[in-house]
Amino acid sequence: MTSSAVVVSDVSKSFRIYRDRQRSLKATVIKGGRARYDEFWALKDIDLEIQQGKTFGLLGNNGSGKSTLLKCMAQILRPNKGSITHVGRMAAMLEVGSGFHPDLSGRDNVYLNGAILGMSKAEIDGKFDSIVDFSGVSDFIDQPVKNYSSGMYVRLGFAVSIHVEPDVLLVDEVLAVGDMAFQEKCTEKFAEFHREGRTVVVVSHAVDQMRSFCDDAGWLRKGELMGVGPAQDVINEYADQAHNTPGAEVGDETHLKGHVGSGEVTIDRFELLTDGHEVDHVRTGDAVTIRMHFTCHKPVEKPQFGFELEHDSGFVVWGHISDEKDYPFPTLTPGTGAVDLVIPSLPLRPGVFSINGGIAAVGRARGVEQVLRALTFSVRGGEPHETSGVAVMHSRFENLVQG
Amino acid sequence: MALDRARTSSLRESLVKNPTLNLLANLTLREIKGQYKKSVLGRAWSLLNPLANIAVYSLVFGILVRAEPPLGTNSGLKSFALWIACGIIPWGFLATGTSVGRGALTDNAALLTKVYFPRFVLPTSTILALASTFVTELAALTLFMGLAGAGPRVLLRLPVLIPIVILNTAFVLGVSLVLSIGMVYFGDIQHIWGIFLQLWLYASGIVLPLAYVQQAQDKYHFPFVMIFQLNPGYQFVEAYRNVLYDFAVPPLSRWLVMLVWAVVAMGIGALVFRKFSAQIVEEL
Repeated sequence: MTSSAVVVSDVSKSFRIYRDRQRSLKATVIKGGRARYDEFWALKDIDLEIQQGKTFGLLGNNGSGKSTLLKCMAQILRPNKGSITHVGRMAAMLEVGSGFHPDLSGRDNVYLNGAILGMSKAEIDGKFDSIVDFSGVSDFIDQPVKNYSSGMYVRLGFAVSIHVEPDVLLVDEVLAVGDMAFQEKCTEKFAEFHREGRTVVVVSHAVDQMRSFCDDAGWLRKGELMGVGPAQDVINEYADQAHNTPGAEVGDETHLKGHVGSGEVTIDRFELLTDGHEVDHVRTGDAVTIRMHFTCHKPVEKPQFGFELEHDSGFVVWGHISDEKDYPFPTLTPGTGAVDLVIPSLPLRPGVFSINGGIAAVGRARGVEQVLRALTFSVRGGEPHETSGVAVMHSRFENLVQG
Repeated sequence: MALDRARTSSLRESLVKNPTLNLLANLTLREIKGQYKKSVLGRAWSLLNPLANIAVYSLVFGILVRAEPPLGTNSGLKSFALWIACGIIPWGFLATGTSVGRGALTDNAALLTKVYFPRFVLPTSTILALASTFVTELAALTLFMGLAGAGPRVLLRLPVLIPIVILNTAFVLGVSLVLSIGMVYFGDIQHIWGIFLQLWLYASGIVLPLAYVQQAQDKYHFPFVMIFQLNPGYQFVEAYRNVLYDFAVPPLSRWLVMLVWAVVAMGIGALVFRKFSAQIVEEL
């Protein structure tokens, strides 16, 4: 039986949204009362226990309250109601390099930042060499940090944070700092934390990262805790349902911005279709059609159509430009039109993707029309259900050999 | 002797081992080092500003208005410029301390919203850093007074300055604690405080001796002198003048008034700060 590292009991938190832009003593005295405000509940009756030695992920869309909950745990915000207790020493890594003074040297800033994060002088003295070593900026440690590159700055800040070595560490999406080598070091440090039985609470909406990183997870929607449990289950549930909410981030791009091209043709909109019906989400394995609607202003000979799918993280997963040899389109003539791209079985795992589209013409260096992230949609769990990443490969296990 | 050593070592140990004291020390040093590194002249600037004020007020009140400087009791000094100098520098600590101190929370919003630490450390380190600047200014002033005719005798009175600086710092900190919380809720406090400081300067007898206030009281039958006596600004500044201009120890009544003001300001400051400091982050 493990014991709890953090206990959140019946926590609610509201924020005041003031109707007057700037509050002043003058206005308060003249109007003879407090400023008018609306109350917004960011957290509603949250009960949560985080077990010692586990890495716990808090998931949720923007505005779901996950960062508010983390800040309440970190004592930065005080809940209106309920209480949060924790064992041992707690440190929050919501930002790296908090309170760095640009004019002071790296050395001074290590002491300053360490002090802000709650370390004593003796403790920083003991860890100083290790911090500098971890950051990899030892040659510049006596230079003012204003001369540092942004990478060096972040690495030094991260190195101090990670050396606080608390019993409970709260992290807010700061895992992706520095280059690959530095990220590996950070991952190794978190793994070491885990081995040493420290508790880590991490907030993120990078679902796949959380899947490999967390033991347990919980997810929030509009300030309510929707589910808690083993990370795999909760993340699947979240990926399925979170994308279900008619939210700001899915499928609401009705008119397109950011056209680039010579302009003979403009792309009007995209449609995502399954079984001939327009949808805002699809499932792994679905037969999907992407329909591009366009308006032609001047004739274009030998047109080529291009489609790309871009992952939430900004990485292009796939792209296809029609080739004159495989499928020669006839000359486009003025008027409106549409073209379909057919995907027989969608090989993408659950996540949020956007469609990029373009029109070009054979033999012309410059594109005719291009729009980026014109339509955003979510992919939810379907068949097959593989473990992680963005793609499904219909892979299987076989040939186990023993002894 | 052995006991003494034990006590010092435990004090040093707590400085080394206590995170809050370490933070206070580091933030104070950050302020001080930041002041030094911002310009080539570094701290010299902090001396040039009062020098300019001394020159202006001496010119306006000493030469143009021909105000009569009071006679230094033990020192026998009678110089308007020196009398102004002994008032302007302590006044500068009151005015700058409360003006910079009131922004201690709002200016550090980025830090407050990202890290938890005992919030009182911010205004306290700001005031401690300014107090250290003030002590350098006082040292320069003392040297100047010695050279200007007082001679080495002024050095004998220096220990008396220490408790005055401590009480004064406590008073400025108390006021800053309240103002820094107020600034979080009401942005216009900075303008209101700026206007208040203008009035407070004249109500503290920094630029005109009390004799003129007495004349006004006799003429208009309004208790101006009592207002001056109740004003902590007047009492603190007069205490410095007692030491540096008169070469005297401030009277017991003045010590009591300073003590009461320091305790009241710190008491109210601590109460207000304790009540509000946990909930300021959401207002920033």
